[in-house]
Amino acid sequence: MKSPRITLAFTLVGALALGGTLAACSSDSGSGDGDKNTPSATAAPTLDPNTKVTLNVVGLLPGSTKEAQQALADEVTEFQNQYPNITVQTHDYEWKATTFAADLAGGTLPTVFEIPFTDAKTLIANQQISDMQGYVNQLSYASDFNKNLLQYGQGPDGDVYAIPAKSIYAVGLHYNRDLFTKAGLDPDKPPTTWDEVRTDAKAIADKTGQAGFAQMSQSGTGGWQLTVDTYARGGRVESEDGKTATLTNDATKASLQFLQDLRWTDNSMGQNFNYDWAGINQAFAAGKIGMYTSGQDVYTALVQANNIDPETYGLTMIPLEGDNSGVLGGGTMAAVSSKATDDEKAAAIKWIDFHYLRKYTNEQAAVTNAKTQVASKQPVGTPELPIFSQAQYEKYQGWIKPYVNVPLDQMTGFTSKIFDAKLVNEPATATQDVYAALDPVVQAVLTKKDADIDKLLADANTKAQRAIDSAGR
Amino acid sequence: MSAASALPRSGDRSDDVVAVRADGPPPVRRVRRNPVTWVRRGGLSTLVFALPVLVVFGVFSWWPIVRSVVMSFQKTNLVAPATWVGWDNFQYVLTDPDLPTAIRNTLYFALLALVIGFPIPLVAAVLMSSVKRLKGLYSVLAYLPVVVPPVVAVLLWKFFYDGSADGVFNTILGWVGLGPYAWLSSPTLAMPSLVVEATWAAAGGTVIIYLAALIGVPGELYDAAEVDGAGIWRKVWHVTMPQLRGVLFITFILQIIGTVQVFLEPYLFTGGGPANATLTILLMIYNYAFGRSLGGDYGAATALSVMLAAFLAILSLIYFKLTSSWSKS
Repeated sequence: MKSPRITLAFTLVGALALGGTLAACSSDSGSGDGDKNTPSATAAPTLDPNTKVTLNVVGLLPGSTKEAQQALADEVTEFQNQYPNITVQTHDYEWKATTFAADLAGGTLPTVFEIPFTDAKTLIANQQISDMQGYVNQLSYASDFNKNLLQYGQGPDGDVYAIPAKSIYAVGLHYNRDLFTKAGLDPDKPPTTWDEVRTDAKAIADKTGQAGFAQMSQSGTGGWQLTVDTYARGGRVESEDGKTATLTNDATKASLQFLQDLRWTDNSMGQNFNYDWAGINQAFAAGKIGMYTSGQDVYTALVQANNIDPETYGLTMIPLEGDNSGVLGGGTMAAVSSKATDDEKAAAIKWIDFHYLRKYTNEQAAVTNAKTQVASKQPVGTPELPIFSQAQYEKYQGWIKPYVNVPLDQMTGFTSKIFDAKLVNEPATATQDVYAALDPVVQAVLTKKDADIDKLLADANTKAQRAIDSAGR
Repeated sequence: MSAASALPRSGDRSDDVVAVRADGPPPVRRVRRNPVTWVRRGGLSTLVFALPVLVVFGVFSWWPIVRSVVMSFQKTNLVAPATWVGWDNFQYVLTDPDLPTAIRNTLYFALLALVIGFPIPLVAAVLMSSVKRLKGLYSVLAYLPVVVPPVVAVLLWKFFYDGSADGVFNTILGWVGLGPYAWLSSPTLAMPSLVVEATWAAAGGTVIIYLAALIGVPGELYDAAEVDGAGIWRKVWHVTMPQLRGVLFITFILQIIGTVQVFLEPYLFTGGGPANATLTILLMIYNYAFGRSLGGDYGAATALSVMLAAFLAILSLIYFKLTSSWSKS
């Protein structure tokens, strides 16, 4: 019998495959025929060992702990020992929809940077990232990538521009076990329905004075999480062909009604309604939030940037209700600036291999990486979804098993059930615009007692449709 | 005498100065320009000295302005070649459902900044100029917020504005039985909260300008007013204010221009929220250009920028026209 985690991996990769096909057919750039083309077989230039290269790469989240910085520094040292001609300079980095374009246009991004799956096709179409196919061909596992994940980073010519790298996620419900206990709730029995989430949130707010449930609302995260909530209730925010905004659906209305009830009827959401991704993580790690929804992999960030007490952390499934309900999924790709020189690209693929990917395909690399992370008290074994095959992921889990230091037994509410869920991709067209149109809706519901959900959604739908119509304008 | 007759004749020795009119009012003597006299009179050295400034302004101010105007008629992602789209960008911006909200919010910010932010530095400067001791200390204290980096100041105030009961302002107000208030999370309180911080941050600079202007007010005027039996408020109203009129006109229009272009506070405090309550025109421009991770609609951003610049230019012209006639009267 397969372990739950292996089954999880298998199921989610399959789900991403299904969603990925849809996304490929309706991406912003209209480059959905990427799979039909044959990648370039031309070999890219290899890096001369005598050529000195300085490579700027993204590092940790801003404000990461000393231990996390030490772990990364150790990793850089190991890399430079292996490639003495490459000097790696890491830069703190947090991808934000509202700052990424400015960084990209201003040339302040490092040479190697990270992007969400949903952005790769357009960046390729805009010629803002390098064609890495020739360099990817140099990797021993080049043909082993899950092709349905890889296609997110392929251009119309079939070449790979962005490489699946990390944080292949499904959204989960994160909860504070300590607050659950203080509120008289059983932390081993987290809520499984939205009604239970509401009841538990009120209990936490009433008995601890902290926010029972919190919701992101800033910089596109409000729309992102409302989309999560919509999927979880069986709705969608765009039609399947990505040409029509469908924000006025019943599931989105129910999601907003849920927030309105928690905020104004129960008063169980605290006083801060301006959270973005980093802000809500910080408040959660500080014990100010009982529950919130975010990617299942956020535990690593909570440790690295927010120094969370592992004892207090719990992860469970986001409640799913309705026939077509599903869990929103996505992920992060590594990309190389279009301004990179050939030497920088050759060095970049070595770093991407070393930092992101090698551990999944090479036992020695996996063990070395795990040891480095453990030595600096960094999380090893945070639930993640496989970039390569299910069999490869199974092997990787076996290699790092002795070093796993995350409280997996506090995450079984998620890891034991996710395999039953349908994973649904983010909206395919004008993703960030649709999220931006929904941000004010979430904010209005959380800050105006008399907020008219129907009118807010109708207005947002108009804006989202305008964005969809003018995608690539 | 015809205009043609005023032109210098060939071979006229007096080539430096030409009598424009031989009769009527006293003759206007105009310097005749040619390269030799221009160089002789120091034109070349003036140009050499001015050149660095002209280059810096040209490259960093005027050229970007010209580029912005050009870009407002183009579709471009700054990578692929731009294409001309005529008035499409302007049409797109003018039909944006968020534009009326942004205009309303910007005017509201400007109004609040005038009501709160314009009198405070003036009153502070007048009071500070009347104190006899520790004047330097007061000046330093007034100017201190200006030297705090703006981003640091906003983050600090964000901490003060914590909406929970243990937030700094809510704790203080709690001592007198008020609050807690949601501050930045309240659609009604968010904008005034931003204005209070902006006033705190900028008032010091204006105070220094007023103090400098107050030094120029002749002491005899106050003495004369005192002899006439004027109290402190009559002295302020009848001596100080008229003497500061020119400076007040300038700071007023500068404040209007500055507040209409407010960006930092809404961007860092609220991101335009909650529910677009602090969405300003500059924030909209930023969002067009950079708000989407997938790149910017630089055409729409520059179109809105051009429209805003045109509006402010017209406003400034009208203002100076009006104030110059007031000054004469």
